[in-house]
Amino acid sequence: MIIYAIYFAFTCFGAALLMNLWMIATAEGIGDRVLALDTMVINSIAILILYGLTQGTEIFFEAAMIIAMLGFVSTVAYARFMLRGNIIE
Amino acid sequence: MDQIIEILIAACLVISGVFGIVGSYGLIKLNDPMSRLHAPTKATTLGVGGVLIASILHSMLSENHLSLHELLITLFLFLTAPITANFIAKAHIHRHETPDTLPPAGEDQKWATHDIPQENPAAD
Repeated sequence: MIIYAIYFAFTCFGAALLMNLWMIATAEGIGDRVLALDTMVINSIAILILYGLTQGTEIFFEAAMIIAMLGFVSTVAYARFMLRGNIIE
Repeated sequence: MDQIIEILIAACLVISGVFGIVGSYGLIKLNDPMSRLHAPTKATTLGVGGVLIASILHSMLSENHLSLHELLITLFLFLTAPITANFIAKAHIHRHETPDTLPPAGEDQKWATHDIPQENPAAD
């Protein structure tokens, strides 16, 4: 039963990633693109944890943690670039 | 007992999958940039939280020990999602709004992102 639920969650988050890609390709403004990239990072964290669940290893949690930190820093850097035109003044 | 935990894990996974897809569908469906900000920052974060709860329960079921380092990721995402949303909203105010289209800023004259700091002539 768990494995079917995992497949369902994989399908949902994979479809969510495709929607984010579509949003990045067709967005009107740069703010929507940054938002779609941030959502892509969060969805890929979910997919990594699901993959770790199927494999039964713990190593993917470390990767998910690193991706979470890098995604936050990169989104803040993009937003800062939109606001001020440079990142580190 | 194991059966109950399995049902809980499956329910968490299904609910989180629905939340994840709703968040990303809202990102392309809603028609205002600031409405679009709501869907991913709330629904998708909750979806990832559900997956992490399922992972904690799964490690309880299969290895009989409580591993709580998934909660670190949950805590980190729940801390950073509002900050990200705040930054994107601030960039939107800076780029697409003028001081006339915004509500009054209270005791300040303008919202901070529109406020150009005065050059201080005394500091040389």
